[in-house]
Amino acid sequence: MPIMTLAPLIMGATIALILTICGSMPATAQDQTDVVVGYIERRVPPPPVLSNLEKTPDDLGIAGAQLALKDNATTGSFLNQSWTLNSSIVEPDGNFLQAARKLLSQTPFIVVKAPRDDMLALADIPEAQTAIVINTNLADNDLRDSACRSNLLHTHPSRAMLTDALAQFAASKRWTNWVLIGSKSKADIALADSFTHSATKFRLSLREHMVWTFEADMRRNAAAEVPLFLQAAPDHDMLVIADEKHDYGRYVLYNTWLPRPVGGSEGIVPSGWSAAVEQHGAAQLQRRFSYLANREMFAVDYAAWAAVRTIGEAVTRSQSAEAVTVRDYILSDRFELAGFKGRPLTYRTWNGQLRQPIPLTHPRALVAMAPLEGFLHQRNELDTLGLDQPESGCRAFVTGQ
Amino acid sequence: MLIKSMKTTAVFMSIAITTSAAADEMWVSNEKDDTLSVIDIETMEVVRTIEVGERPRGITFSRDHDVLYVCASDSDAVQVIDPATGEILHDLPSGEDPEQFVLHPDNRRLYIANEDDAITTVVDTETRRVIEQINVGIEPEGMAVSPDGKIAITTSETTNMAHWIDTETDKLFANTLVDQRPRHAEFTHDGSELWISAEIGGTVTVFDVASQTEKAKINFKIQGVHQDRVQPVGFEMTKDGRYVFVALGPSNHVAVVDQKTYEVIDYLLVGRRVWHMAFNGDESLLFTTNGVSGDVTVIDVEKLEPIKTIKVGRFPWGVAYRPSP
Repeated sequence: MPIMTLAPLIMGATIALILTICGSMPATAQDQTDVVVGYIERRVPPPPVLSNLEKTPDDLGIAGAQLALKDNATTGSFLNQSWTLNSSIVEPDGNFLQAARKLLSQTPFIVVKAPRDDMLALADIPEAQTAIVINTNLADNDLRDSACRSNLLHTHPSRAMLTDALAQFAASKRWTNWVLIGSKSKADIALADSFTHSATKFRLSLREHMVWTFEADMRRNAAAEVPLFLQAAPDHDMLVIADEKHDYGRYVLYNTWLPRPVGGSEGIVPSGWSAAVEQHGAAQLQRRFSYLANREMFAVDYAAWAAVRTIGEAVTRSQSAEAVTVRDYILSDRFELAGFKGRPLTYRTWNGQLRQPIPLTHPRALVAMAPLEGFLHQRNELDTLGLDQPESGCRAFVTGQ
Repeated sequence: MLIKSMKTTAVFMSIAITTSAAADEMWVSNEKDDTLSVIDIETMEVVRTIEVGERPRGITFSRDHDVLYVCASDSDAVQVIDPATGEILHDLPSGEDPEQFVLHPDNRRLYIANEDDAITTVVDTETRRVIEQINVGIEPEGMAVSPDGKIAITTSETTNMAHWIDTETDKLFANTLVDQRPRHAEFTHDGSELWISAEIGGTVTVFDVASQTEKAKINFKIQGVHQDRVQPVGFEMTKDGRYVFVALGPSNHVAVVDQKTYEVIDYLLVGRRVWHMAFNGDESLLFTTNGVSGDVTVIDVEKLEPIKTIKVGRFPWGVAYRPSP
């Protein structure tokens, strides 16, 4: 029996085969490989909301990246890889692109949590063209559609994936008549549009789209205001709330005119991740995260975790730390990520979106995991959620993969 | 006089024990009930339910079947149980969150996967001391030991590796990548091959033990079940070298694989989310634990047919065979 003091990789036949194709990483695993992952974030002052209850954690996102880096580093310790996270937190008035350029000079793997303008400006600078930029916080559908970029991948689910998940759930329950409440904010209009589209896609009937305009302080008079507001709505099976900031939606629950289930931004909530997810080994990820961050794991943390783990899997399996090889591997059918959602996670080759099940939760438990049984797709059931290939106007991925 | 009466009691007790354990038994750990269900193989009924520590998962008997070891994961202990009385004799130090373990052929050393700690703990069951803790990948789970006792294996679910441990030194001598979320490992009875299941990868990989290289990969396909739901977890090999039975998790099927040609011969429908399994003594029957449906399916090995379902506790996980004493 061969006894070695160190722990070299004994390569399987498949890996040896891949090795001969890509020569960028040292051919023997005994040689040290140092992989740097960049994390860049633009700090944004939290928007004003009616409730004073919650505070956004300062380490939202980066804590997930740090956990994934530890995961990668543990695997790497058996393969002679070292893993480093170089992070750059840009203040609200700081120079984001300058920080991005600096990070790009250190690594082609850039994990981003930033507002839309910063995200796109980063993806468009010349130094980033050969890089892999991963969006961990933006749900905008057009970033997976007409405004997509070939170097921009998304581990955060799109709004379409989230609203499709709720629509599937409603359809499976036969809650076919919806009333939607939105606000006048840009994000809520985008979310309401996405709900409207999902309702059509899954043959639900959107009876009315109501707009929240109250300026009162709902901490005191929700019980009085909300039923009156909803009295005007037509009969429905489910009330859907589009309130991305979590501003007014919380006051709607149990104050409706008719006794109806509530979903969307409150009630039954579709998200990339929630503290209530525990199946498929998720409890372990939740526990490891809370050891590290002393708080629960949110969807943005999960997206950052998945982004850094994506790089980890691709580097380990492709035996390369070079951006072109890693990107090709990520978008190939050989790539898969075990993401604690019960199915392998892969990327859509037409827009760089991470395919993933969407948990529908309330604060204390999982209600359902989309895609729900019975929603079929010729390629992958996960593609019943979000922009499918024929629907997506993204062309940046067609050539030059 | 006093001594004499004590003797009588002792004789009486031994009779009582023999009667209560007349038939062969299957011992099942119920993950979400904190109990064990004991099935009488003759009557195919649960005859005893035994309370144990929190979240019991891994379960195995000593080589002589004198004691039972149970991983009480959330109690951070391996519990040692007298199978005759169901009494918990003592706890073994196990490291944090023990999930699965394997007993070395020396009947003394337990190799334990500590899921939360990325560690494999080696415990001496006689001195009740930790001999060694070995750093492995994240979320270690599957544990195996070669028939000659020279190699122990830990698979790590998030690192996606099999870690090969030299049991003389308790050091790693090889680390091999496998598919996503490796769950279970077993050596063939002749020790020449190591089989490893990958839950999310959907495969079973066969390694050549001498060279630690991949020899074959087995894929599964069940008509009418989406590929993503076909998730290989626990498996067992027949001693005659004929079959390997592979639990395919939420697909609710067990695959029957030819141990020599690696071909899938059949898929047998069992309960929901099938986890692990164990043979009876002559390997004529196979008992599978079905986590979600909370029952055990009994399979006739010769006919390759499920013949009975037995209701047990909530989320049955592990299962171990005990011959009648």
